Amino acid sequence: MKTMFSMKTMFSMKTMFTMKTMFTIKSLLKMAWMEAKLFLREPVGAFFTLVFPLMMLIIFGTIYGNQPAPQSGGQGAIDNLIPAFTAMIIGITGLMSITITMATYRENGVLRRLRTTPVSSQVVLAAQVIVVFAMTCLGMLLLVIAGKLVYHVRFEGNAFSVLVGFVLCSLSFFGIGFILAGIMPTARTAQIIAMVLLYPMLILSGAAWPRELMPATIQKVSAFVPLTYVVNLLRGLWTNEPWGDHLLDVGVLAGMLLLGIIVSAKTFRWE
Amino acid sequence: MDPIVMDAIVQVDGLRKVYGTTVAVDEVSFEVREGEIFGMVGPNGAGKTTTIECLEGLCTPDLGTIRVLGLDPQRDGQTLRECTGMQLQQSNLPERMRVWEALDLYASFYAKAADWNELLSQLGLEEKRNTPFSKLSGGQKQRLFIALALLPDPRLVFLDELTTGLDPQARHAIWDLVRDVRARGKTVLLTSHFMEEVEHLCDRVAILDHGRIVALDTPAALIHCLDAEERVIFSMTGGLSPSLEKALSKAGRLEVQGEQVTVHGKDGRKVPLVSEVVSQLAGQGVPFRDLRTEQPNLEDVFLSLTGREMRE
Repeated sequence: MKTMFSMKTMFSMKTMFTMKTMFTIKSLLKMAWMEAKLFLREPVGAFFTLVFPLMMLIIFGTIYGNQPAPQSGGQGAIDNLIPAFTAMIIGITGLMSITITMATYRENGVLRRLRTTPVSSQVVLAAQVIVVFAMTCLGMLLLVIAGKLVYHVRFEGNAFSVLVGFVLCSLSFFGIGFILAGIMPTARTAQIIAMVLLYPMLILSGAAWPRELMPATIQKVSAFVPLTYVVNLLRGLWTNEPWGDHLLDVGVLAGMLLLGIIVSAKTFRWE
Repeated sequence: MDPIVMDAIVQVDGLRKVYGTTVAVDEVSFEVREGEIFGMVGPNGAGKTTTIECLEGLCTPDLGTIRVLGLDPQRDGQTLRECTGMQLQQSNLPERMRVWEALDLYASFYAKAADWNELLSQLGLEEKRNTPFSKLSGGQKQRLFIALALLPDPRLVFLDELTTGLDPQARHAIWDLVRDVRARGKTVLLTSHFMEEVEHLCDRVAILDHGRIVALDTPAALIHCLDAEERVIFSMTGGLSPSLEKALSKAGRLEVQGEQVTVHGKDGRKVPLVSEVVSQLAGQGVPFRDLRTEQPNLEDVFLSLTGREMRE
């Protein structure tokens, strides 16, 4: 009798746990879907993530074409630009989208309202990560499709490797966004700081144009710019360089990711 | 056990909360009974929001014990938020979120959510279904917030400064909604800085000032305790005749300002002040106009308790 009872209790506890998990996943998906709609309704953010990189690609493509050039290892300009512009999108979504959204939500009392419901902060943060990651993917996908259709880009890498590298780069940059949103006092300062960090980073890292074209002194400064490691890793994986050649990039990005998780968990505030 | 304590849905005993050097709430104790509309009223910074946040487990009290629906908000905050509805001051929705989307999203946070389509029509928001949050008027936003607070089908609803910033018409509409909420068997704990509001709406009122409860009772009892003067005010041309002045002085203290005469009477008299004044005026054939009475209200209670006006 007694064993039966305890088995029954265990069973119901397990069902309860599964139900609760299922329920949390349902809330999370609902919230992610809502955030995705809100992301696309915000014209500035959607433009810089989805349209602007594409526009740049077409402008550069019109100027330089995609003829293979011996000085860039048989690659054309567009072949090089797709991974670089992907890095640009990661910089924009990580630094701008996450920082501005989270800081605004906190300042306007959106988080304060969520806090009066049973929803947990992990669900709120996870929904944000899912949506911004999905938008970053969409931005990259648009670049790849345009590159393939218009400029017949060459892809020599391993798609799986590129994807893994892309996930690592994205998440490590989202961490910076969450940290900034957590430590900045107001939404306005968060936005300004994000822009001040982003623009030089785009130029110095080689995300906006090839670093090889810059003077040697500036190239040295690049080593201190986090986005440089994203550009290096993505360009390398794109042209099928082995992971072994990019241990430094992976190390820096993994360190940033770890730091991002620890610091943003500590600095997260509902209001 | 005291029967009053037994049906208390909220019990607060000796609550104290300090922010830095500011004592936000001090020695606050009260109970909210099942099915009542309980109001906390006081000027800005009196400690109303801090108290309500402690009740929901959103901030940690420095001292005191709190029980809400028999739960400790600090320990069981999650469970509590599942079965109470809450509208907090200065909380918002994303600007571009539509009305139906907000209800749909928030409904997904509760295991047993009420039907939000029903709430939408009950709160008169059906036409605004597809309107973005930023395009709603102040009154519509508050109605949406009430709808969100009702989503968990709660026994207890917290409404913090629901009508601040609304015009009188919208405010009266919100009062009707709050009464509807109670009529559905829910207990309402609200805060306000309008004395008039709690006087009309609440069964019992706690008056807060500088973080302390300075009075707690039904609005009628608070006003009665004040032993305040009732006033009869009228206008007449030609000034008071000596005989009328003498007769009216028996009813209460006289104050003459131009053509306007005010008779201040003490509360708890046998004959109502107004009938005494009118019968004297009619008896002497005095033509008077614009006669009205002024009852003491909670505003006067606040003034007498704290020595200052409630409104800025």
